[in-house]
Amino acid sequence: MSDTELLPARKPLDQDWLKLLNYSFTLAFVSIFVSLTNMPVRFDTRMIIEPVFSMGYLSLFWLPVLLGFLVTRETVLEGIASHKKGFREVFAGAFVGVVGGGGLSLLVYLLDNFNVRDPLVNWSPQLRDLLSFQRSNVFGFVIWPVIGLILGSLGGSVHVVSTRFRRIVTWALLAVIGFAVFETVLLDLSEGFAWLGAEWLTDELYFIRGGLTMHGAVILAVLGGLFAAFGHGSTRRVKENFTALESTQRTRANIVILLLSAAALVVLPLFLGGITNELLANVGLFVLLALGLNIVVGLAGILDLGYVAFFAIGGYSAALITTTNRADSWPSWVPALTKAQVAETWWIPSVYWLVALIAVVLFAALAGLFIGAPVIRMRGDYLAIVTLGFGEIIRLMFQSDWLGGYTGAAQGVTNIPGFQIFNVATIKGTDPRAVFYLVLFFCVIAIYVSWRLERSRLGRAWMAIREDESVAEAMGIDTVKAKLMAFVVGAVLASFSGAILAAKVGSVFPTSFEILVSIVILVVVIVGGMGNIVGVIVGALVLIGILGGPTQPGLLAEFSEYKLLIYGVLLIVMMLKRPEGLVPNVRRTRELHQDEYLQDAWLKGEIDTDSDDEETALTATASPPNMGTQPA
Amino acid sequence: MTNRLLTIKNLSVTFGGLHALRDLNFHVDEGEIVSVIGPNGAGKTTFFNMISGMVTPTSGDIIFKGESLLGLDPNQVTAAGIARTFQNVRLFANMTILENVMVAQHCRTRQGIGGSLFQTRSFKREEREIREHGEKVLGFFGSRLVGYRLDQPASVLSYANRRRLEIARAMATKPTIILLDEPVAGMNPKESAILTDLIGELRSDWGFTIVLIEHDMNVVRDVSDRVVVLDHGETIAQGSYDDVSNSPEVIEAYLGRPVKETA
Repeated sequence: MSDTELLPARKPLDQDWLKLLNYSFTLAFVSIFVSLTNMPVRFDTRMIIEPVFSMGYLSLFWLPVLLGFLVTRETVLEGIASHKKGFREVFAGAFVGVVGGGGLSLLVYLLDNFNVRDPLVNWSPQLRDLLSFQRSNVFGFVIWPVIGLILGSLGGSVHVVSTRFRRIVTWALLAVIGFAVFETVLLDLSEGFAWLGAEWLTDELYFIRGGLTMHGAVILAVLGGLFAAFGHGSTRRVKENFTALESTQRTRANIVILLLSAAALVVLPLFLGGITNELLANVGLFVLLALGLNIVVGLAGILDLGYVAFFAIGGYSAALITTTNRADSWPSWVPALTKAQVAETWWIPSVYWLVALIAVVLFAALAGLFIGAPVIRMRGDYLAIVTLGFGEIIRLMFQSDWLGGYTGAAQGVTNIPGFQIFNVATIKGTDPRAVFYLVLFFCVIAIYVSWRLERSRLGRAWMAIREDESVAEAMGIDTVKAKLMAFVVGAVLASFSGAILAAKVGSVFPTSFEILVSIVILVVVIVGGMGNIVGVIVGALVLIGILGGPTQPGLLAEFSEYKLLIYGVLLIVMMLKRPEGLVPNVRRTRELHQDEYLQDAWLKGEIDTDSDDEETALTATASPPNMGTQPA
Repeated sequence: MTNRLLTIKNLSVTFGGLHALRDLNFHVDEGEIVSVIGPNGAGKTTFFNMISGMVTPTSGDIIFKGESLLGLDPNQVTAAGIARTFQNVRLFANMTILENVMVAQHCRTRQGIGGSLFQTRSFKREEREIREHGEKVLGFFGSRLVGYRLDQPASVLSYANRRRLEIARAMATKPTIILLDEPVAGMNPKESAILTDLIGELRSDWGFTIVLIEHDMNVVRDVSDRVVVLDHGETIAQGSYDDVSNSPEVIEAYLGRPVKETA
């Protein structure tokens, strides 16, 4: 991109009008859709800046900005001259904003004059009031094209302003929205750090009933902007320095980073309150599940849509072994004991959790073998569908009349006691911090297992199977056995998560193991970055931590209703724009972008040429062709 | 009398109504280099697929070192000591060059989950051995596949080098017989001459027995002890290169019958 000259800016009316209309209608349609999902009304209670700006309006406002930006975005190819950006881009954004804003005007009009609440449940006066800013309909009718004009031009002008300025604004906005989103955690933290006077800070920042205060928002925006203006260069420099390090030094630096983050994970929860620890524990349970699924899907390439089965088996087996509700849940040949006797007998039925864990692991491994053995011989789509079936079968078995005598059918297993670990901590629902530490411990095990296995004989076999199963088999890999191993390891990790869940909640129900759990874990793995441990953790933090799990609330509790919608949209966007995930695995990226990778390698002269000359093969410095030069 | 390694008796395979191979008899002695030639569609690759267990024969038997290979999975055939390459190079393109040959030693190694988790001494030793053997087979092709190349993905290799890596991968499985499916396809004359020499070295230095499918008659002439000609799934000629190349059936299979006879 360096020395290509820019062509002069085009005239404002020199537009691709069809594209503009296309984007305008998209904007109108999406805005109406978002309104009719009732997001604006539902999120209106969650303030970003008290009292002027709520999450409800944010759910509508970002659309014109985004589409106004996208409408004139072009891929700039290296060596191909592009036009200078100018008023044309702003105009295009404004056009999209005005015409698209008309969609909401129309909606205000329709809301006022018709009532189709029957099919559209969110067709409500509240929505009308919100869309017309609690004023007259005429105001609402007029204001949206105006808002569209402003926001659309803002989006369009992103092309015009300098990168530095753009970065400053982005960071300022991110700071404000980020602090608003993380309000719960930060408040919780400030309580923990009260002895440092941290509460004074959050009192300044946040309004008492939620949302940032006006001056808090301004301060944050300024800080964000300042960080972008002066800090960005230095972060990049740090990164460059880091990549420039010798590999041994880099490993050392990595270890330091690892130790620091480990220390933070161990120390921070001490200062966090119940809510955040609960959240962390929930995220941890999903990290554990996602790490397990990552071995199955990410390393061995087996698309398992019924992974929840092993979560359920872990949960139920732990529950059944440790519960004090023996009479309901154990077969009749186990002698009935009174509560007092139960307390005295360590072995059955209320087995100490850590002892029970051995049985849980065995059960899960066996289940992995039994479910895996028939399934694993299939490939691709067939395998996915069959695993989907098994996921449901396991849940239905626990729910059925057949096993209901032991598993409590729809009532589930209750009265699972908490347990003590060496008089240090008690694991029970009311102590989320202890649960978090337990989850953390198992996550560390899962990370170690994934890390080691990936770099072993078995890991290489998985890789080969993922690449080309028939060839892998022809090269002497027992594919059935290797895949079964992946299945079993995944099953055991999921069962850990299930067993912790049982102890944490104190009960298990069939409804905790719906098919949705499988889907959510898979989405976590895909969005995070399949095959990458860090990616999977990031995925779980983002999706489960912020949006919430299948039944667990996240940071944005208001979102819980729209979780699936957002998951879906996120998944589609990710598949289109970044199929390798947020933190991609190098290898997976290479698989997905092989053309680009090879092109890069070619430009760098790493591709070897078809030469029988040993010298050339050794040095392989084929000079890259001149692609970036001017046409003669 | 040399040691008979591989015997194929009355082997047939049909796909639907099509006889891909019909009543094929074939044998390979230890230390031999046998070429299988024939026009396109003669059933050569099916023949290889059958030996390597990827296709199950309809009838007949394959006996390797005195035991039948029938009913074995491809991985068991490889473990028994028959490795192969593919006509349309099928490497693990996103694995590194070293990993490609490391993974091929799967059936010769035995460390499992426990070893890798606890990093036992035997695990580490085995990993080291796998790596050393991998580098050794790659070193067979000179400097092309070693050095900085070890950690590059196989996809960056040139076509000829991919073929070499495929051979190295087959060698890494520590086989007795290597089946080479058109090893010099796509190489220029100079490269194929070098590879022809290397095929000879595979036998003399490494002790492999070799069966190869090849269209390049120069290679076939230079390297093979014996040539088997297939056409329409049947053996039409067998013997030394000179015998076979003068056989009227072979000429007919490749060039067709003279006009006056068909008329």
